[in-house]
Amino acid sequence: MKPMTQVPERRSVQSRNGAATSAPSPAHARARRRPTSQQWAAWAFLAPVTLYLALFYAYPLYRNLDLSLRNYTVRSFVQGDAPFTGLANYRKIFDDPTFAPALLHTAVFTAVCLVFQYAIGLALAVFFNQNFRLSATLRALFLVPWLLPLIVSASTWSWMLNSDSGIVNTLLSAFGVGPVNWLTSPSWSLTSVIIANIWIGVPFNLVVLYSGLQSIPTSLYEAAALDGANAWRRFWSITFPLLRPVSAITLLLGLVYTLKVFDIIWIMTKGGPADSSTTFATWSYQLGFGNLLPAFGPGAAVGNLLVVAALVFGLIYLKVQRKQALS
Amino acid sequence: MTGIALSTPQRRTRTWVRTTVGVLLTAAMLFPVYWMINVSFTRDQDMRKSPPDLFPVHGTLEGYRAVFDQQLPYLGTSLVIGLGTVVLTVALAAPAGYALAKLRPRGGGVLSFLLLVAQMVPGIIMAMGFYAIYLQLGLLQSVPGLIVADSTLAVPFAVLIFTAFMSGIPGELIQAAQMDGARALRTFWSIVLPMSRNSVVTVSLFAFLWSWSDFVFASTLANGGAHEPITLGIYHYIGNNNQQWNAIMATAVVASLPATVILVLAQRYVAAGVTAGAVKD
Repeated sequence: MKPMTQVPERRSVQSRNGAATSAPSPAHARARRRPTSQQWAAWAFLAPVTLYLALFYAYPLYRNLDLSLRNYTVRSFVQGDAPFTGLANYRKIFDDPTFAPALLHTAVFTAVCLVFQYAIGLALAVFFNQNFRLSATLRALFLVPWLLPLIVSASTWSWMLNSDSGIVNTLLSAFGVGPVNWLTSPSWSLTSVIIANIWIGVPFNLVVLYSGLQSIPTSLYEAAALDGANAWRRFWSITFPLLRPVSAITLLLGLVYTLKVFDIIWIMTKGGPADSSTTFATWSYQLGFGNLLPAFGPGAAVGNLLVVAALVFGLIYLKVQRKQALS
Repeated sequence: MTGIALSTPQRRTRTWVRTTVGVLLTAAMLFPVYWMINVSFTRDQDMRKSPPDLFPVHGTLEGYRAVFDQQLPYLGTSLVIGLGTVVLTVALAAPAGYALAKLRPRGGGVLSFLLLVAQMVPGIIMAMGFYAIYLQLGLLQSVPGLIVADSTLAVPFAVLIFTAFMSGIPGELIQAAQMDGARALRTFWSIVLPMSRNSVVTVSLFAFLWSWSDFVFASTLANGGAHEPITLGIYHYIGNNNQQWNAIMATAVVASLPATVILVLAQRYVAAGVTAGAVKD
């Protein structure tokens, strides 16, 4: 949902593993006799968060599943006596004419955003890794798009991409390119939200890939330079291969977070015009909250498909992460 | 990248070339931010000018006046919700981090795993579940309801950060083995928590920023209520008066202030959160 959560999350994961690899020696020896009193103490400290997870993660998810399996109307939504209809809501959304476009848009949006965010982020990371004057300050400034509230970024981009008065079309007309209806034409709306989302995602890729570059020993570059390898060659034979684990993590986490992007698209185009920028996330919201007559059941069903996709890639991410921490 | 064969003057020129390129790249990246500020100062009659003014030559404060007249309640609500989220998040996550880092609970691994998974659930799905629950409990459009919902953005992250920081506290200071409940509580309160001051700041900053920026929960759970956060203030603005873009952008500038302040004043703590693990790797 928000790219903002990304950097620290990734790092904290990393640090957990870092802690796990550095801590075990004393901890392991003592772990054999875990005193019962300490177990009680430990779980007393964990009780609030455990209860919290059950009430505010598990229960909303359960309610969402329940919504998707019943035929809810506004009335029965309040009274809670909607009839159980099994997978009818799921069949309904599979047969919906919006399903195929939404699937396609979700796939295109995610893939294109990931490729550009990663490529731009990597290029910038390599550039900033040269440690010139002001590089640390400029790198910090690059974080700004990532820290801004999404509504701020989305509304700014909306105005910049405005057909008549936007700065982007002004710039294009200087090159003789006619005005593009970025947000109001079905053939450009998806491109517009992709551009805005790439802008927001680049800082995350930059920061993570930069930290990956820092761990590549400079002696390798020195040796390669002595052997006469040029910068391009050094990038492809040293940087890129040695960065592969970090790249895998960055892309997988980016995938999980790009799948659920909602704010940007909804604020800029509401998924339109004519569903031309609808993804699963905006479709789910549209069904549940976007119409006068809410369709909670189908909305929840679309949402659950999204949860499954996010969790599948999320678990792959965790597995890759763990494997890297062990090796 | 290390220019071994370069003489000192050559190297100096290279550094300056790089700095220049770096400044240009940063300027390009931050252009939308500049544009937001520029538009916020633009007069209504210049808004549709073609080509638009690149600098606010006839700068006006109309937009900011509109913010003061209309958006202050939204900003206040966001402030309250942000602070509430911070308190709730730290209160829940700090003890949990301590237990996971130092008390080796049985099943702690499973809990950490669930926290990681919880971060991956799309917000829009959580919002729908919360909506169904809050509707029955009558918590829709309430500030406490939104605080609880917003805290789900930060709690898993906060537990992971606290666990990472607190694992670094030397065991001799804590003597974790055979700790009974009372001693554990005292240790947590008088040793662990003061030593984790930096991580408390880091977690608080992120919790505040995420709750301040939240749009999904706000638009589903607080829409139309008496207390709406600033993200909805901007959203209504876009919907209602399509023409007054200086007011919209002025609100956006004001809404960006916490992020900017944090980046300028507390970058050290953000960096601390970000590099917490890198040191140990």
